Formats: sequence, structure tokens, C-alpha cells
Amino acid sequence: MAWSETLPLRSSEDVVTVRQRVRMAADREGFRLVDQTKIVTAASEIARNTVIYGGGGSATIEGVEKNGRRGVRITFEDNGPGIADIELAMKDGWTSGAGLGLGLSGAKRLSNEFEIVSAPGKGTRVTLTRWR
Amino acid sequence: MAQTSTVIPEALLKHEASLLSDWVAKQGKTGPELHKAAREFLGAFREGAQSGSLDSIDGAAWEHAREVLTDFSIEQSRQGVSAVEVATFILSLKEPLFALLQRLYSQQPEIVAREVWNATRAIDQFALHTTSVALKTREELIARQQSEMLELSTPVVKLWDGVLALPLIGTLDSERTQVVMENLLEEIVRSGAGVAIIDITGVPTVDTLVAQHLLKTVAAARLMGAECIISGIRPQIAATIVHLGVDLGDVTTKATLADAFRIALYRNGLQVTARAARNGGAPEPARG
Ligand SMILES: Nc1ncnc2c1ncn2[C@@H]1O[C@H](COP(=O)(O)OP(=O)(O)O)[C@@H](O)[C@H]1O
Ligand SMILES: [Mg+2]
Repeated sequence: MAWSETLPLRSSEDVVTVRQRVRMAADREGFRLVDQTKIVTAASEIARNTVIYGGGGSATIEGVEKNGRRGVRITFEDNGPGIADIELAMKDGWTSGAGLGLGLSGAKRLSNEFEIVSAPGKGTRVTLTRWR
Repeated sequence: MAQTSTVIPEALLKHEASLLSDWVAKQGKTGPELHKAAREFLGAFREGAQSGSLDSIDGAAWEHAREVLTDFSIEQSRQGVSAVEVATFILSLKEPLFALLQRLYSQQPEIVAREVWNATRAIDQFALHTTSVALKTREELIARQQSEMLELSTPVVKLWDGVLALPLIGTLDSERTQVVMENLLEEIVRSGAGVAIIDITGVPTVDTLVAQHLLKTVAAARLMGAECIISGIRPQIAATIVHLGVDLGDVTTKATLADAFRIALYRNGLQVTARAARNGGAPEPARG
């Protein structure tokens, strides 16, 4: 059965809640522990970016299916400043703040599908999908 | 207890398909899970009514019916369906079942009255059963959530002369993480310890923020003359860190705190060995 839930992302406590809900979603979809850990960690990175750089936003967690394969998809949205140079932001080690600069690129490696839509003044939307 | 004679099993057997579709139609939403549970429950209800009594659903005759509802209730609760909604699912069987009995025995109102009473008792008990399972499932979920939300609270412990340990338990998202790490550094300075073990067994998720806290602490400890060992790196965490692209550099990492402790002792020129087997070994050291 298809399901989805949308959670607010305003504070670091919200990041913890989103991680928790993603873990439950992956568990419910029958993910193995290592795959659960990967999607939860990827979600943690993007959730924190949404709070820190995006000025807050939301995460929508859903169960998805493709060719008989089940998976978990998380869509993060904010109305923050957006990203001018996505290619640069995706570079390993690049940060405009004080991070390790591995959140976006790491989350991409930890997901099966990764999409980022962003433009200056238009906010940012990142979608992560991992299949079971 | 005397077996109450009942026409319910027969009615269920003959009219199962129509009853099932009437019952499912009563639900606000449908889905394969709901349909499957309704079908299985009707079958199990018939079996139970055939061999057991409708007075009480506790006996072995009703085991299958209870199981069907237990599974359904757990599944629904995990998906966020409320206990009331789960109970409503089973209670909504009454209306189509009573309508069926009325239709079948329209000429014998005393049978209808008796059977409606029988069915009510059994169905109410099943509704209570689903409610208690649903509530229990939610309690377990909440307990699990709370354990993940646990605020980081960690004392620095001395394992041996010159060996400190910081067992981290909880999430490292809050401001308190900084305080905990600073405590470790202060303790290193105060005790002059040469080795500090940071154990992350109790940290549910290790992302780049956690990694950054660890790397900063390791670097600061080094400036104070102490080497850190990071322990409690479970296999799934190791795999994830690699994909994140985090480089723990030359930090020593160990799977367990025990492994880390052994290394720490070794670096301090100590070693754990088995007592000699002769004469049952040395006496147990006095407690002090
Ligand atoms: N939601 C967002 N809104 C605006 N800028 C963002 C967003 N997410 C990421 N960025 C930009 O991308 C950069 C790289 O992000 P990331 O790879 O997570 O590294 P870090 O968080 O360590 O800076 C950030 O420093 C920031 O400039
Ligand atoms: Mg980041």
C-alpha cells in the first residue's frame, strides 16, 4: 500500500525525528540493516542542510514501488537562498560554511537515485530514493 | 461449560462471499491488507464458532482468529493507524452480520435475537483484543523513538592508569556534543592520560556532523599529547562512512571497546595474559 508523511524541518531536533521516521520507513519496507543505515545517513545529511542552509523546510517520506521493487523516497524542500553553482556544491569537500563538505556528495553515493533542483532565490529540493 | 448451539458457523459457510464484500464495503478505505485480513478472519471466526464457544474467545478454538487479528493490528499500528480505527474495523462486522441473520431467519425472531447476542459478545471481545494489541504496539514504537532521542549524557571514565574512555550514547546533533567533547579534553589534561577511547556503540547514526566532532576531538587530544582510539564501529556504520567519503585518516578504529582497551594497555606497556594453570592459577586479587 502506498503511504507518505510530511514532517517539518526547523531545528536539530527535527533532524533527529526525520532520521527516526526514515529508519522506521526503511524497516517497514524490509530493508536490511546496512541499507537502512545508508538511507538514514543520507537523509540526515540533507535534513541538516535544509535546516542550516535552507533556513528550514520539510521532508516527505514515502514508500515507492518500481518494477515490483519496493523502496523509500524522501523529498526535502526549502524556500531558502538556493544554490547558485550546484556542480560546485556537489564537490567532495566543498562547503560554504564550516562543514566537511561531504553531505550532498555523500548522500548521492548512499542513494540509488538522487535529484537536486535549486536556483538562487528559488529554494532547494533534493530527492533521495533507495531500493530494497 | 455447555456448548451453546449456534447457527453462525453455517451462516458464515454459506454466505461468506457476500458477507465479506458487505463488510469490506463498510470500511472507509480499502487495500489488499484489509481485504486479506477480513477474509482470513471470517474463515477463522467460522472455525472458532464451530469448535468453541462464543462466550469467550480465550480458548484454543479461537487461537487462529486471535492470531489473524493480532497480526493485522500490529501491521496497522506500525503504519500509524490508531487503535480506535483498528477496533472499528472489527466492530463494523456487526452490521452486515446482523443483517444476514435477519434475512436468513426472518420467520424465527427468537433465533435472530439469540444469535445477535452471541455474535455481539464474541465481536466485542475481538475488538478489545485488537485494541490492546494496537496500544501495545504503539507503546513499543514510542519507547524505541525515545531511546533514539536520548540526550547525549556521558561521563568520562578512567579504565586504567593513563587510559580514559568516553562511551557516547545518544544523538550528537545538539549543542551538548561540544560540551561532552570538551569534558574529555579537560580530563585528558587533568589526568595526563596518554590514551583516550571514544566508544560510539550507542550512537545510532554516524553522519558527517558526527564524524566532524570525532575528527576535531582526536586532533585536539593529539595536541595535548593523547592518542584517541574510536571503538564501536559496527559493520553497517563502517560501510556507510566509506560511502560518505569521510576519511578518518590515521585514527585507530576498533569494532569493540574491549579491542580498543587491549590496544590502549599495550601502548602503555601492559598486556593481559591468562593466569598459569598450575595449582588453579594465582589467587584472585584482593578487592580494593
Ligand atoms: N538547502 C540548501 N540551501 C542552500 N544551500 C545549500 C543547501 N544544501 C547545501 N547547500 C550548499 O551546498 C554546500 C555543500 O553542502 P554539503 O555537501 O552538505 O556540505 P556542508 O554541509 O558540509 O557544507 C553547503 O555548504 C551550502 O553552501
Ligand atoms: Mg551538509
